Amino acid sequence: MDVVAPRPVAVATPRVRRPWVHLLGAVVRTQRGALGLSLAGSVVLLAVIGPFVAPYSPNQSVTIDFAGPSAQYLLGSDQLGRDVLSRVLAGGWELLLMALASTAFGVLIGAAAGVSAAYLRGRVDGLIMRTVDVFLAFPQLVFALLLVSIIGPKIWLIIVAVGFTHAPAVARVLRSAALEISERDYVKSVELQGVRPAKVMSSEILPNLVSPLMVESGLRFTYSIVMMAGLAFLGFGLPPPSPNWGYMIQENRIGLSLNVWAVAVPVILIALLTIGINTFTDAVARVAIGVESRPEEGLIDDIGMDA
Amino acid sequence: MSALVENSANHLADTGPVRLEVKDLSIQLTSGGAEVVGDVSFSVRAAELLGLVGESGSGKTTVALALLGHARRGLDISAGEIRLDGENILGLKAAELRQLRGAKVAYVPQDPSAALDPTLRIGFQLREALRVHPGSVGDVEERVAEMLRESRLDSTPEVLKRYPHQLSGGQQQRVTLAMAFACRPSLIVLDEPTTGLDVSTQRHVLETVRSLCRSYGVAAVYVSHDLAVVGGLVSQVAVMYAGRVVEIGPTEQVFGLPVHPYTRGLLAAVPSPKRAEVLTGIEGQPPRPGRKPKGCAFAPRCSYAVSNCFVERPVPVAIGDSYVRCMRARDIEKESHARRVTPPTALAGTGDAVLKLRGLDASYGRQRVLYDVDLDVHPESCTAIVGESGSGKTTLARCIVGLHSNWTGEITFKGNRLANGARHRQKAVLKQIQYIFQNPYTSLNPRKTIGQILSEPLEHFMRLPGDERKARVTRVLEDVSLGLDFLDRYPDQLSGGERQRVAIARAIVVEPDLLVCDEVTSALDVSVQAVTVEVLRRLQRERRLSMVFITHNLALVRSIAQTAVVLCEGRIVEVGPVEQVLEHPKDPYTIRLIEDVPRLAEVGSVPDTAPSPN
Repeated sequence: MDVVAPRPVAVATPRVRRPWVHLLGAVVRTQRGALGLSLAGSVVLLAVIGPFVAPYSPNQSVTIDFAGPSAQYLLGSDQLGRDVLSRVLAGGWELLLMALASTAFGVLIGAAAGVSAAYLRGRVDGLIMRTVDVFLAFPQLVFALLLVSIIGPKIWLIIVAVGFTHAPAVARVLRSAALEISERDYVKSVELQGVRPAKVMSSEILPNLVSPLMVESGLRFTYSIVMMAGLAFLGFGLPPPSPNWGYMIQENRIGLSLNVWAVAVPVILIALLTIGINTFTDAVARVAIGVESRPEEGLIDDIGMDA
Repeated sequence: MSALVENSANHLADTGPVRLEVKDLSIQLTSGGAEVVGDVSFSVRAAELLGLVGESGSGKTTVALALLGHARRGLDISAGEIRLDGENILGLKAAELRQLRGAKVAYVPQDPSAALDPTLRIGFQLREALRVHPGSVGDVEERVAEMLRESRLDSTPEVLKRYPHQLSGGQQQRVTLAMAFACRPSLIVLDEPTTGLDVSTQRHVLETVRSLCRSYGVAAVYVSHDLAVVGGLVSQVAVMYAGRVVEIGPTEQVFGLPVHPYTRGLLAAVPSPKRAEVLTGIEGQPPRPGRKPKGCAFAPRCSYAVSNCFVERPVPVAIGDSYVRCMRARDIEKESHARRVTPPTALAGTGDAVLKLRGLDASYGRQRVLYDVDLDVHPESCTAIVGESGSGKTTLARCIVGLHSNWTGEITFKGNRLANGARHRQKAVLKQIQYIFQNPYTSLNPRKTIGQILSEPLEHFMRLPGDERKARVTRVLEDVSLGLDFLDRYPDQLSGGERQRVAIARAIVVEPDLLVCDEVTSALDVSVQAVTVEVLRRLQRERRLSMVFITHNLALVRSIAQTAVVLCEGRIVEVGPVEQVLEHPKDPYTIRLIEDVPRLAEVGSVPDTAPSPN
């Protein structure tokens, strides 16, 4: 017996690696990713710790209506004489949580539909994608409004309605990404083992869709925030006494000339949050497609591929 | 010049004027300044061809592009001179470089279908170079007609009206050759121009290159990873490793009496169509830029290395007419370049065929690819299926394993008829026939560790408990000469050869009876190919596997298979024992195929007869 191949000596430190951790790590190291994260992160931080540090109760009248900023009430008061600062601090988490829940819901069904359509092809593909086309024909907000006005403004319904409007777009994006993965040899290789389609999709295809999934989630999250705020502005949020950035814009806009901060601060916070998430998502997308890779990665030279 | 043209290339090498002179060329990463290419020096005379060989990542393409004054994004040419007809092109401004490119130095890319603009007619693209550099030739139309003749393209005006996709790969490459020679440059840089072509087309293109260089007195630098191609074409060879030239000299000497351990390793890895030989590869992989060891970059993979090799950088040593960058060159020179031993002839297949194909017709949509294929694969033997691209060999493999289901006829495995698609086959059958994919870069899931990849089929097919799985995975990793530390790695931390060995391990871990290997080495470098083929051959013998080995590389067949099947345009044209098919081919197609294979053995007899210009 001829031993031709000497034992390789390379030693690698075994490391547990999750694709999304790996990707996020790379994103945070980019300028764009760091900027996005710090913008969105500070708004989220404000929303999370806000309720605990609010100087006054957000639902109690403490002074006259639309009082300007003062040492006692830093951002003045709103239409019912409540402290704007306290309402801003307390009113973020609800919006964030609802947006998060609806995003998760929308991306989940969208991804399931898109990946199934791509992998199963044929009739399933046709059925799913034509349904998607029908839903895409409705404007998102109109569709959500329709549901909410039929059933009434319930939290779960707002979450489901907003989430559901995201699903078609998510399905589209993930279908095209999954189509390419489905043709890879490692997928063929498990097909040759006779593995069930559901298992192929969940264990071979889905883990390779982490980048588009993260980009989509970020994008849909900003849309959710805007839609939630929009619905609240139109009066479809939680019932009035509870603070909500979207609702604050609507209820205080009549006093815009008296205390501009009651409207401006929630507007600015929503803007910073969406810009931050968008920037971060953009960075994720750039790292994922390799625009911002380190230079030596482009150096793998002369790969002689025979036909 | 005309007197020179008649002489052989070798003679010219001594007398022609020096066209290109490269001195101490260094190229660095823009960020960090790690050296990618260092201390590269060589010169090329008029009508002389220099071969620049090396494996993936050796820096040969980087050097080739530098000859045009170009560095890829992220790279900087940091030191050295490139003198073209005496003028240092590295000192030129961007506008001057543009004037130079195409006119005085021309480039022939690897993939002609990507280099030609699909929306423009051939004629337009041919005239473009002449239009950009007016004054380099007289009458444009006359020159275009001349170029067509010289590059042996159909010289009727119709060809000028065609679009690139209407030409074959070989014709497309001739067009890029014609474009490169259009302005009668002093230097031409060819970057693996025949890599994607079939052997016959490759031979014709190479002949064209040779005659064009000869008749124009052009200096040429030919970049390639294919030593056999280079050996038959060039008069001087520079072997590159990790960004440095490790051995440079006349072709006969470098390939006939190699000194540098790396050159020796490379040559030992090249399969020969003439003899059945054990292929020896080079284990390990080249260092990445910035991670090069302090001493000789090859030392960690070198069997001749002494402690000093890891500390000191070797300088070129003159041995005969060549220069060798190795500290131990003089010691190694005395040791003969050991010839490779013949492997023990494997057992010929006995008994009933394991796999039988009868009247197999296959098609893709309306396109018929296989016609009435009959094939027997005998137990414990290896059947090679050889054919050019488009011959239907991959389709044949995919029909057998069940990835392609649009076929009629009969495939029986151990007496049982196989269903058309994998999903209609029983698990037991799927387990017994295992398939290894061509490209190891796409056949392993990048999100799974090697351990997961290898234990999944065990779980799925055999429902083995965890510790038993672990034991088998460990054993199989050893079988393919990979260490246990690979268990927790991900595919992107592995080199191409290591990945392919993992793919082999995945196939054999379930203890199949039949292994179908589809061009498993075509994406790998020659030294890695040798290691891979040896692993396969050993496993086939040890585990008494039956094997179908699909390849376009005739030379490889000799080293691994007992039976050869030649496939041409979907039909089997010849079947027989390997020795018989390769030595006494009967079918005219097989004869031509074998004649066209470039051979390293021809190196010694370089004075090639001038090809007739027809």
